[in-house]
Amino acid sequence: MPRSDAGKLSLILLFMPFVLWMALLIVLPQLGVGYLSLREKLGPGKYSFGLANYMDFLHEPVYWNTLLRTAWMSILVTILALIVGFPVAYYIAKIARQRSRAALFLMCLIPLWVSDLVRAFGWIVLLRETGLISGFLQGIGLISGPVELLYNDVTVVVGLVYTVVLFMIVPLVSTLDGMDNSMIEAGYNLGGSRFTVFRRIVVPYAMPGIVAGCIIVFMLTAGSYLTPILLGGKNSMWFTEQIYEQFVTRYNWESGATFGVLLLAFTSFVVWLGLRLTGQSLASTVAKD
Amino acid sequence: MNVAAPQSTALRWIYGGYMLAFFLYLAAPLAAAAMFAFNDSLFPALPWKGFTLDWFFGTTEPKLGMFYDRRLMEGLRNSLYIGVIVSALSVVVGTCNAFLFERKQFPGKSALYVLMIVPLVIPGVILGISILVFASMIANGLEDTFDLEWDFLRPGIFLVVLGQFSFLVTITSLVIAARLRKFDVALEEAALNLGASRLRVLRTVTLPYLAPALFSAFVVAFLVSFENFNTTLMLVGSDAPLTITMYDRMVKVGSTPVLNAVSVFLMIGSGLLALLSVVVQRGKEPKA
Repeated sequence: MPRSDAGKLSLILLFMPFVLWMALLIVLPQLGVGYLSLREKLGPGKYSFGLANYMDFLHEPVYWNTLLRTAWMSILVTILALIVGFPVAYYIAKIARQRSRAALFLMCLIPLWVSDLVRAFGWIVLLRETGLISGFLQGIGLISGPVELLYNDVTVVVGLVYTVVLFMIVPLVSTLDGMDNSMIEAGYNLGGSRFTVFRRIVVPYAMPGIVAGCIIVFMLTAGSYLTPILLGGKNSMWFTEQIYEQFVTRYNWESGATFGVLLLAFTSFVVWLGLRLTGQSLASTVAKD
Repeated sequence: MNVAAPQSTALRWIYGGYMLAFFLYLAAPLAAAAMFAFNDSLFPALPWKGFTLDWFFGTTEPKLGMFYDRRLMEGLRNSLYIGVIVSALSVVVGTCNAFLFERKQFPGKSALYVLMIVPLVIPGVILGISILVFASMIANGLEDTFDLEWDFLRPGIFLVVLGQFSFLVTITSLVIAARLRKFDVALEEAALNLGASRLRVLRTVTLPYLAPALFSAFVVAFLVSFENFNTTLMLVGSDAPLTITMYDRMVKVGSTPVLNAVSVFLMIGSGLLALLSVVVQRGKEPKA
């Protein structure tokens, strides 16, 4: 067989799994959800098509309030994770000595591999009325009775930052790691203050890492289910919970699909906006190992 | 002197204090969850009533240990079963994708590369419902037109495997492609010049070089599959994996120390696996 034919054959063979995966598990299912969201159930086996499900969403304040709430809390969590994570990443990449660097990085990675469920459960044990913190505060006499620290927004935000902050640190460490200290030195020699050097040299250099971290963190937060529900309780008002409720509890797949389309459209829009504003591409940020 | 570090002693202490506080924040919930697995009490709360291993090995109610809890063990078995199948599949397809994008030239390559990354930025819940909807459409269509009952297209292990596979392939493809990119093609050419067939070169030169990446891709996929919740929740049938069983227990029965014991088990298991994959990756990495 001539070489070019062999090349073509192997190209086709390598293409097969990719195409099957993409078509059957990603593209067609998404189209299926889109189709279902445009369908309205009139009676058993009777359907009409239109935007009725989307109109229902707009006419029910609980639904779009939940989406807005999920949106701004996800953005808040992303910003907080960046603020909390950046100094840690900078310390690991630039300040720690060679030996302790690997150890610190590993310490950051190990909780990453522990299930969300276990982490949320840990927070419950710490924060509930009979929990460790409440007990500790009573023990040192700061409060007189048990205090419930679960089921409020602050706890949900703290828990979410906890769940996602490592996904911010990992890309930041790998970009900051590549920065040469002589760049910082040059900034000082040219008379830059600490703040100027940080703003004009460190931040621009770390930008791909910042964007990658923010995208991953935002996606994970907006799509999270366990942490808001377990730490926020019944009134957590998280959008993924609405989707689950429509699909499983109410068995109203049409409206669940509509919510799914809205969540995906919203998160894709934010990711696109983030990439656009910073001039990065998806392949250069998220896929950079 | 390290120019990147704060210059004044006071600032350095404050920075160090911040790092310490951060690691305490990381460790606190894990330590709290782990601690009560060993408390000889019916509730995972203070006061401390003495050390026990009953929550792991106890054989009688009310202190039935996790290893004798039939539901939890079934969950564990399902998780292992799903994890092994889905990781093996993801590594195979991920290897194909790595070769496709690293070795082949074809029109529309960069657009398809972006498409390959997209599953990572779709929320897990959405992947779950989309596969549920699509599989049900096919199943309903078959039932209505051909009177066929394809039960595996209804929620259950098969759909869980598909759901997890749909985004794990992206992860394994990226891990394997990163290693393939560093491969020196001259090695393959040398083997070909020495008269080896293409298949033999693949088997004896390229795949052994990729082995550490294949291994760590498998471990990563297995860990992510094992702890996956969002996608699985939407696709799960009667045979639930461990995370779902544990969540059910938490919501319906309330927290009992058995759940702390499961948490300890999961922490140790996933910690060891993650460490193993790091060690293998480090050991085989060519020194640059």
